[in-house]
Amino acid sequence: MTATSPTRAADLDGVVSDVTRSDATLRRFLHGLPGVDQVGAEARAAGLGTRSIKTTAKAFALDLAIRMVDLTTLEGQDTPGKVRALAAKAMRPDPADPTCPSTAAVCVYPDMVADVKQVLGDSGVHIAAVATAFPSGRAAMDIKLADTRDAVEAGADEIDMVIDRGAFLAGRYLQVFEEIAAVRAACGDAHLKVIFETGELQTYDNVRRASWLAMLAGAHFIKTSTGKVQPAATLPVTLVMLEAVRDFRETTGQMVGVKPAGGIRTAKDAIKYLVVVNEVAGSDWLDPDWFRFGASTLLNDLLMQRTKMTTGRYSGPDYFTLD
Amino acid sequence: MVFEYAPAPESRSIVDIKPSYGLFIGGEFVDGGGTSFKTVNPATEEVLAEVAEADSDDVDRAVKAARKAYDKVWSKLSGAERAKYLYRIARIIQERSRELAVLESIDNGKPIKESRDVDVPLVAAHFFYYAGWADKLAYAGFGTTPLGVAGQVIPWNFPLLMLAWKIAPALACGNTVVLKPAETTPLTALLFAEICQQADLPPGVVNIVTGAGATGQALVEHEGIDKVAFTGSTDVGKAIARAVAGTEKRVTLELGGKAANIVFDDAPIDQAVEGIVNGIFFNQGHVCCAGSRLLVQENVADEVLARLKRRMATLRVGDPLDKNTDVGAINSAAQLARIRELSEIGAAEGAEAWSAPCDLPTQGYWFAPTVFTGVTQAHRIAREEIFGPVLSVLTFRTPAEAVEKANNTPYGLSAGVWTEKGSRILKIADKLRAGVVWANTFNKFDPTSPFGGYKESGYGREGGRHGLEAYLR
Repeated sequence: MTATSPTRAADLDGVVSDVTRSDATLRRFLHGLPGVDQVGAEARAAGLGTRSIKTTAKAFALDLAIRMVDLTTLEGQDTPGKVRALAAKAMRPDPADPTCPSTAAVCVYPDMVADVKQVLGDSGVHIAAVATAFPSGRAAMDIKLADTRDAVEAGADEIDMVIDRGAFLAGRYLQVFEEIAAVRAACGDAHLKVIFETGELQTYDNVRRASWLAMLAGAHFIKTSTGKVQPAATLPVTLVMLEAVRDFRETTGQMVGVKPAGGIRTAKDAIKYLVVVNEVAGSDWLDPDWFRFGASTLLNDLLMQRTKMTTGRYSGPDYFTLD
Repeated sequence: MVFEYAPAPESRSIVDIKPSYGLFIGGEFVDGGGTSFKTVNPATEEVLAEVAEADSDDVDRAVKAARKAYDKVWSKLSGAERAKYLYRIARIIQERSRELAVLESIDNGKPIKESRDVDVPLVAAHFFYYAGWADKLAYAGFGTTPLGVAGQVIPWNFPLLMLAWKIAPALACGNTVVLKPAETTPLTALLFAEICQQADLPPGVVNIVTGAGATGQALVEHEGIDKVAFTGSTDVGKAIARAVAGTEKRVTLELGGKAANIVFDDAPIDQAVEGIVNGIFFNQGHVCCAGSRLLVQENVADEVLARLKRRMATLRVGDPLDKNTDVGAINSAAQLARIRELSEIGAAEGAEAWSAPCDLPTQGYWFAPTVFTGVTQAHRIAREEIFGPVLSVLTFRTPAEAVEKANNTPYGLSAGVWTEKGSRILKIADKLRAGVVWANTFNKFDPTSPFGGYKESGYGREGGRHGLEAYLR
């Protein structure tokens, strides 16, 4: 997933070892990043939100959004039956229309991975598992690593970890960095998404710092939220993260993906996110390898809009599967 | 993967453009005595309508109608009664906002997203705001007696918004008006005349006379007016000041600008880039308070410029009625010629031009968003108002140098300061000789906020409580 140009990669190693020498150097680096003006960032996101995406552009965006969905269930009440049904839906979101693409992945708790894998097989739909004492991240390091390894061994292709927000807010950036790096190592070949829980970090300055921290530590993806804290993903938070991955590639040559998760429920919202991806990070990120939606109810609205585009009519929710 | 936005044109069907328009005098549309002229859609060069030209007799009739309305009706109404009319006008503007926005974009060339989201909402807000003052003038501190008849001349860059800035405070204070819109953009003012009829505004309180410079001159020189309010170029402003010198007429002038947008090295860079873009490319740069001089601290200049160019490459230039258009058409062939001329001078004087890659339509008046680097205070493009989508970039080393360069201009309408350091904002803003100083934003307008210039940018203030002073004694 990670596009690395070899000459730049050496620079990145140099940067990482320089800035992570101590808590103080890491703090100096993160606090040396340009600030984010809240009013300006929100105005920019709102401005992009007024783009009018119609006809062919809308059809393109709907299919792309479906392909970017990490179809998610993260409930205490999840059972093998529930996650298998979800996996079946991820493969064939619209049983009535074989041209409808699959979603990118199914996202579940680690103990559900094996059941999902049975259904998905080699369909190409990935299995993402949340780990590291999701959603609070409050556990000992060895437990977080064991959680990660369990998920990978059960067959997860992608690990969605949470950062220790307490450590971040207390200024223990090096601890957060080392945790991410250790989880990345425990992932093996699986790809790592790092969840900030931006609703708890609260400021855009924190979001920008967390983004750089995670990217320096080796994240393949940076992700807004667990979906368990409000507010979850917002357009301006995602904009700030997209600026970070854009700037990170410019500095290091390395591309990192972005995943807003939680709170994106309508096709209209999803299209706004795609516009922001397009105009802030650029078209290279318009691919399921580099941008995902963590969502559950979003998929049905995308399907309803897609059917409307092809038939010219809206059909009711009974025409789409509930899982 | 390429995400192409399909055309998303706003429908024109909501506006009904008549083949010809008369003058609005004494509550009725009447023929003009001058030679009628054509107004065109600058995006296509399509002729939209024939518009009557008011000659000096027409202006005289309009001033007399305004005087009669002032003496017989408007000055006798209580503030609360005047407010009712202004509130009614404001509500009708909101109800007919889409129509006004589409017509403004067709006649002016500005993108529909700006006429829809900026111009028309601000127009309504101005009427609401000054409606609120009409019965509270005793608390504003400028007296409660209106001046009489105001002669008002407005420019083509914000046709309806400038109309609102002029008419709303004048009427709230009890004056009647004769307003001349610009010759290239008369249509929304004439639609506003219809709105005055719809609101049952007493005849003669608002009169609209269309025409070019001669009509404007006849209006400001007319002996029957008590007050001149002008927004436009500094040259015309000076001529007006000469014409009214020695008379009893009160004058406010809102003229040109060459605003400095100052970016310090501790600025929120991404938002500063947005502010630079909004400062100079908003409304195709046809903004008197445009941030046309970027002063960027030398130690971040390369980074800011790289980001600015990347951002400029995403600007969507084209059909003003497409909802995704960011930059529309230049308002007229004459203005396009002026922008081209100054740009050529900039290049000839050794500044380096870079334009955003974009396909410009073949019909109509267009100019690609352009940035000049390597500009110094000695370049004409750093001194003269271009009034187009052309940015001149200068660098500075210290806050003192930034202030010195920012103030080194005959103008003083607006300025911008970008820094995350609050104390620096206050210190710099205090030293900038400009009527409006924006901090970490640019080109933000609000009816509660006074607006006006220092030096050759004019005198008097419009907007806010201060805006009442020009219409009371």
